[in-house]
Amino acid sequence: AMDSDLSSQDRKDLDKFIKFFALKTVQVIVQARLGEKICTRSSSSPTGSDWFNLAIKDIPEVTHEAKKALAGQLPAVGHSMCVEISLKTSEGDSMELEIWCLEMNEKCDKEIKVSYTVYNRLSLLLKSLLAITRVTPAYRLSRKQGHEYVILYRIYFGEVQLSGLGEGFQTVRVGTVGTPVGTITLSCAYRINLAFMSTRQFERTPPILGIIIDHFVDRPYPSSSPMHPCNYRAGEDNGAVYPSVEDSQEACTTSFSTSPPSQCVFTVTKAHFQTPSPVVTDTLKVPVMGLAFSHQLSSSRLSCQPATLAVGSADMGYPVLFAGGLNAAHPHQLMGPGKDGGVPPMTSQPAHGTQADQERMCTPLDGVHYSAATPSSSEDTETISNSSEGKCGSPHDFLEAIFIRKVGAFVNKPINQVTMANLDIPFAMFAPKNVELEDPNPMVNPPDSPETESPLQGSLHSECSSDSSAGNTHDDFVMIDFKPAFSKDDILPMDLGTFYREFQNPPQLSSLSIDIGAQSMAEDLDSLPEKLAVHEKNVREFDAFVETLQ
Amino acid sequence: PHRTRRPAPPGAASAMNCRAEVLEVSVEGRQVEEAILAVLHTVLLHRSTGKFHYKKEGTYSIGTVGTQDVDCDFIDFAYVRVSSEELDRALRKAVGEFKDALRNSGSDGMGQISLEFYQKKKSRWPFSDECIPWELWTIKVNVVNLANEQERQICREKVGEKLCEKIINIVEVMNRHEYLPKMPTQSEVDNVFDTSLKDVQPYLYKISYQITDSLGTSVTTTMRRLIKDTLAL
Repeated sequence: AMDSDLSSQDRKDLDKFIKFFALKTVQVIVQARLGEKICTRSSSSPTGSDWFNLAIKDIPEVTHEAKKALAGQLPAVGHSMCVEISLKTSEGDSMELEIWCLEMNEKCDKEIKVSYTVYNRLSLLLKSLLAITRVTPAYRLSRKQGHEYVILYRIYFGEVQLSGLGEGFQTVRVGTVGTPVGTITLSCAYRINLAFMSTRQFERTPPILGIIIDHFVDRPYPSSSPMHPCNYRAGEDNGAVYPSVEDSQEACTTSFSTSPPSQCVFTVTKAHFQTPSPVVTDTLKVPVMGLAFSHQLSSSRLSCQPATLAVGSADMGYPVLFAGGLNAAHPHQLMGPGKDGGVPPMTSQPAHGTQADQERMCTPLDGVHYSAATPSSSEDTETISNSSEGKCGSPHDFLEAIFIRKVGAFVNKPINQVTMANLDIPFAMFAPKNVELEDPNPMVNPPDSPETESPLQGSLHSECSSDSSAGNTHDDFVMIDFKPAFSKDDILPMDLGTFYREFQNPPQLSSLSIDIGAQSMAEDLDSLPEKLAVHEKNVREFDAFVETLQ
Repeated sequence: PHRTRRPAPPGAASAMNCRAEVLEVSVEGRQVEEAILAVLHTVLLHRSTGKFHYKKEGTYSIGTVGTQDVDCDFIDFAYVRVSSEELDRALRKAVGEFKDALRNSGSDGMGQISLEFYQKKKSRWPFSDECIPWELWTIKVNVVNLANEQERQICREKVGEKLCEKIINIVEVMNRHEYLPKMPTQSEVDNVFDTSLKDVQPYLYKISYQITDSLGTSVTTTMRRLIKDTLAL
């Protein structure tokens, strides 16, 4: 009876809006906790795939997790979608920081226009969410993550559970939107009792293990907290991970009408996606963009595979990495036309391509050469190199190959189940050694990096893993990728990222080893009285110096 | 139910239907610009849409608004703004002028800067178009002087916390879904939106400010139009 006033088209539209609103909500929240600044471009031409007229990227894994949690349902009374943000220290302690709740209550607004007012208000609500996600305490914590802790997320659907937030948690309301079937509310409950960890504590602590974390960004992944049911099941990943690319990129070409107010023309077209090829090439850009920052590098350490790293356009403001190192021809497909000297930056296009972009993408670049363009020996590379020279070839294969690569980053499978021979993971010491985890929730545990790649590699790993106490406890998070900012891929085959990964774990300095350390300590202690005497003599100079500082 | 308020008829007090919000901030001199920009950008984030593209039959489609994070240098704070360099430049210009005026006025460092959203109502010749405000945001600024580094550090944090509260307040107001101008037809769009920017389309707005002298009276009122002016006649 409640729905009798709502036309079936309106109802369908409304359900679709709510579904995509939920997915975008999750994206905004998770992206706000990645620890990096987000930047997306405005585009004056509607691209047809930016829901709610906002440029919010879709990280495919996040969409996947959200869809799994929702399992085809929509937020309804008593069935809320929750995104839980928690912090996990290097010692393995974890703490819930926030719960973001997307709820539905029974208060209906029958008069409201679905395809117009509701849509615009949902857009406004997403903007509010963008603003509010930066003002809760967890934002600042997440910007400083990486040294001693990481931020994780978990999505669940059902009853809201706030008990993990400690006493006295606070709530902030992001906003509400009335619809004919109920009122959508979005709010955040956040812990304020951060007594045992203040942000300042983490600021002062130097990085552990001597790893430079400047551009380190951790990808938060669902934790496997036993307290909350999480319906992620291991082993469900297969080669065609995230097959519903088309689904997640449903066009939302919206047209609004200003003539008679009752006439609201709203079209959701899937026209772009009706034929397989356009689907793939159109969406090719998006998943790559979305996942690019977490893309695995395909090079082996010693052979310096070409074009392994390219940094996306600075215009994007979003350090985006493309692993184009499959074959000399193929990196071009990921990038716009370039100039001389190195990998061209991504042209300033919005994340969602238009028809023109498709064409541009398919044309290999002229004048950009990669030396040592030997494809890696993995199967998928063979597929690609066979499938095209100088043209798009089979976009489907290419897309598949991309996805297969991506699977390697996140899938909880031993490496031999993935067709990537040269998977090379930075910070692999933090990945669990045994890939089958007890927890059924390992979204992102990459396989170990192949230790046979180089003798240097092997010895470094064994040294480091024995020294690092933190490494083995990082079961639930993975350092996915190392993205050196401003690292352009020049004509040289070796770029900064590769270089860094090569040499990131140098052997211990001898002066730091225990024996020598103890010796010099003894010497130091002996020389102390002399040093003190010298300083005493110069005390006046020191005092004068201190004065100048004040 | 969604209430639509019509703009006031000409001649009526223009403040009648204009929603007004006031925010107060106490900041150190070097924090003035960032604090005000954070507030203005947050408001404009909510009051900007993508560019409209009108098609036949009175339908239109809307472009995409991008966003980006901004970190403050002098405040422990970050905010989100619309990705539009033009808009950012316009705001920085206005805020820069306000800051200079504050500094040069010799006042105690008190003033206010206002962001007003308005609609244009075309009048017949010989009358000029009316500007009818429908939302007014006023930021009252109080500049404090600090004695030493330790106080400055505390101020960084405190102002950051205060700004978080302001953002929450702004979002609360936005969420009330109160009066917004009706979506215009193509011929009317310039009466409602600023269509001069190439990538986004904020509602028509103007920024003005006042400096208060130590007696509390307003010494200067400067009106700046930051968008194409309405025609005088």
